[in-house]
Amino acid sequence: MPQIPQTPPAGIAPEPIRSGIDCTINGKHFRHTGDPGLPLLWYLRDVLRLTGCKYGCDDASCGACSVLVDGTLKRACTLPMQDLAGGAITTIEGLAGGDGSLHPVQQAWIDEDAVLCGYCQSGQIMAAVALLARKPKPSDADIDAIGNLCRCGSYPHIRRAIHRAADTLRDKAK
Amino acid sequence: MKRPHDASRRRFLKVFGTATGALVVGLPAFAWTPDQLLGQNLFRLGPYVRIEPDGTTVIGARDPEVGQGIRTAEARILAEELDADWPRVIVEPLDLGVTNAGGEPHWAYGHQMASGSTSVPAAWNDLRNVGAATRELLLRAAAAHWKTGVANLRTSRGVVIAADGRKLGYGELAEAASKLKPANAAPQPKTPAQYVLIGQDAGDVDARDIVTGRQHYAIDDWFGDALVAVVAHCPWPGGKLAHLDDAAALKVKGVEKVMTIPAPDPARALGTQQLAAGVAVLASDTWIALQALAKLDLRWQPGTQAAQGDEALADAAATAFAADPAKAVRTDGDFAEAIKRAPHKFAADYRFATVAHADLEPPNALVRVDNQQALIVAPVQNPRATFDTVRRLTGLPPDKITIRLPRAGGGFGRFLETDYVAEAVMLAKAAGKPIKLMWTRAEAFAHDTYRPFSVHKLEACADRKRSLTGWTHRIASTSRLAGREPRARWWLSEMHPDDLPAGLVGNLQYAWFALDSALPRGSYRASSHAVNAFATECFLDEIAHQLKLDALKFRLALLGEPRKLPYRGHGGPVLDTGRLAWVLQLAADAIGWSKPHPQGHGFGLACHFTFGGYVAHAVEVSMEKSRLVIHNVVCAADLGRVVNPLGARAALLGATLDGFSTALRERITLKDGRIVQQGFKDYPLATMAQMPHDVQVILVPSQEHPAGAFDMGFPSAAPALANAIFAGTTVRVRQLPLWAEFMRLL
Repeated sequence: MPQIPQTPPAGIAPEPIRSGIDCTINGKHFRHTGDPGLPLLWYLRDVLRLTGCKYGCDDASCGACSVLVDGTLKRACTLPMQDLAGGAITTIEGLAGGDGSLHPVQQAWIDEDAVLCGYCQSGQIMAAVALLARKPKPSDADIDAIGNLCRCGSYPHIRRAIHRAADTLRDKAK
Repeated sequence: MKRPHDASRRRFLKVFGTATGALVVGLPAFAWTPDQLLGQNLFRLGPYVRIEPDGTTVIGARDPEVGQGIRTAEARILAEELDADWPRVIVEPLDLGVTNAGGEPHWAYGHQMASGSTSVPAAWNDLRNVGAATRELLLRAAAAHWKTGVANLRTSRGVVIAADGRKLGYGELAEAASKLKPANAAPQPKTPAQYVLIGQDAGDVDARDIVTGRQHYAIDDWFGDALVAVVAHCPWPGGKLAHLDDAAALKVKGVEKVMTIPAPDPARALGTQQLAAGVAVLASDTWIALQALAKLDLRWQPGTQAAQGDEALADAAATAFAADPAKAVRTDGDFAEAIKRAPHKFAADYRFATVAHADLEPPNALVRVDNQQALIVAPVQNPRATFDTVRRLTGLPPDKITIRLPRAGGGFGRFLETDYVAEAVMLAKAAGKPIKLMWTRAEAFAHDTYRPFSVHKLEACADRKRSLTGWTHRIASTSRLAGREPRARWWLSEMHPDDLPAGLVGNLQYAWFALDSALPRGSYRASSHAVNAFATECFLDEIAHQLKLDALKFRLALLGEPRKLPYRGHGGPVLDTGRLAWVLQLAADAIGWSKPHPQGHGFGLACHFTFGGYVAHAVEVSMEKSRLVIHNVVCAADLGRVVNPLGARAALLGATLDGFSTALRERITLKDGRIVQQGFKDYPLATMAQMPHDVQVILVPSQEHPAGAFDMGFPSAAPALANAIFAGTTVRVRQLPLWAEFMRLL
């Protein structure tokens, strides 16, 4: 059998492999080849169209853009891509299982109807996930320390949802 | 359950988008025929319902969702009358329903607005008929199939059931039902005893999409060929561009254009056009646009009227009060004579800062416009106003303008305005490309339609029996109708002639005085009800204290025997004093008002009638060093019949916390005629740590017409808090925001 040529015909120069910032987002590998100073918020929203990470401010004061980087809670609006080389990022879109099964924190948010306008809730959920990973049985003071803003006033729902999720996660661990 | 979500969304939009002639006609509801409500074809129903062969029932929600839970409430109302199987209901937002009636817009779907808690009352009138008429078609289809009479059939959870127990699902009947002609008269809606959904809790229909990050707000939508536009606006009201050098900005890779936005036309109403002159950078993505914006060399020329801060406005109020009022809003009896003879006299001044909306989703708009059609995706509370602005700027026929109504990240009145949509349309037209306009947080604070500043002067007198015999309430404010309506009408948004204690005190005067300000003003959460209720309810508390009367008994005595007072404003035609007294009593009982209070704890009460809803708050606080601890909060509400108690409780709880947040620390200030606040660091919304762990919401069971819920929990929250702070500390704060003043006085 004739061999299929393994090299491109002469005259077509292969594009050199572009260097960039390699990171993992929700388990998938990405290479950012643009401005290293680009905040993760805009990489997620404008490049990848992962819009669950919300724009609320530019100075990490509201928490609507909260994500996990290597398991640590970060605010994506002030986090440049150059700080993320080799990092593993989880956004709200990456919390649920591949089969669509919800993370216990997401389920707790539904069970407690912690919604109102909902705009801040993906950030609130990411903050709760990070808290529960650190403190499986958080105190009210631990929950207070999250500090993500909600204009609608859903804080009591959020507090209840976090306690509920903590119970679920502890039951699962048993 | 698997939800065929994306597929249905596309199909649904396509179907009703082409269903001309199959749409609802107009108000009032009783004038509609089922034909007009439903269209000719059940299989492809008009806007409100579509039943798929597998039984999936898609309900179109017409009013904008801003966190008030309207999509859920509307769908529950319709699903109740349809006897739909709720787990198989999918709720999809409708666009603005507009058709072309001889070149003029015809509003095809009736009420489409998120303002003044009007959506549920309107839906109650309209959507029950839609559900009942749909159900009647399904019954007739089943009757034909079984060759029996409709009277022998009943429905339950998406199934028609025959007398002998045979069943047919709605999905199986949909095609046959679609060939039937709807009855001429709308069928009778259910009696309340038959309700299985209304009055029961339902979680928000968008909750799953929200917690998975799939919910699209306007800011999350995109056209592939759109350019992102970010704007720097003139920081001085009425100012204009004096100098622009965009050479450095244009060198940024990815920047396509730098364009100017002209100063607003003084002859055109506020809210229908851009709020300020600006310079926009159009680029391939947000980050590039923001970087280029920072490279613009810009100078602005301030406007002729300098914006005044609250201190200057307070001085202006003192001058205004010395002259005749701009409007004598109400005069009963003879206050001057009453106070002359009265043994007890009271006076207090209250003051309310300018505040911003601070929605978490900033103004933004995605716009595609050419000479054939326009498509707008934006956070919108008033779709018709948005339509009017787009139509004026494009000149397109009404049916060529599509206004999408995505879920909005808050609203609170900011998205009643159309300034940001106007900007996006102007930029898109001039650039010849779709535009995704993004406002930064700093721009959102600097260019808002702020809650008006106001000063309130109150006086009252009581007789020897310690009953109120006279009351005056005089308000000087920067009316939010300035720039929108003739000056003679400015008072209308600021003071309501039938608000209590009007009708309860024989000698009463309400008067309004005009203050001018160059800052744009608009509606903010329950509008002037919030500040007027604060002044009234705190002053009543002061009077009760000075008369050594229990604040609850004093208020109940003032409200007197249950009776209906005429109420001309929104929420009327009557105000039932008995319903207000009842929620006050409920709130007081629930917080333990008449029981011994813990040492150092202060208890406070307030109540108010807002837009047809009766709400009272009771609050328990204490000071731990310099920290305010809000231990307990009760919100008792009579909102008429409640469609979704879970949603109503969430709305009241949220409004209570937002009432506290606004009252504690929110304030817009000016320096050199410019707004100081640029972000949440200097406009501190309340955090979880500062807020109560819970609000006990009590809903009064009621058979009255539903009144909505979203705004009602706001006005009485802050005065109850201030009254509790006084009870706990003896410090009376007569201004909002109260925190800095409270710390000064403490």
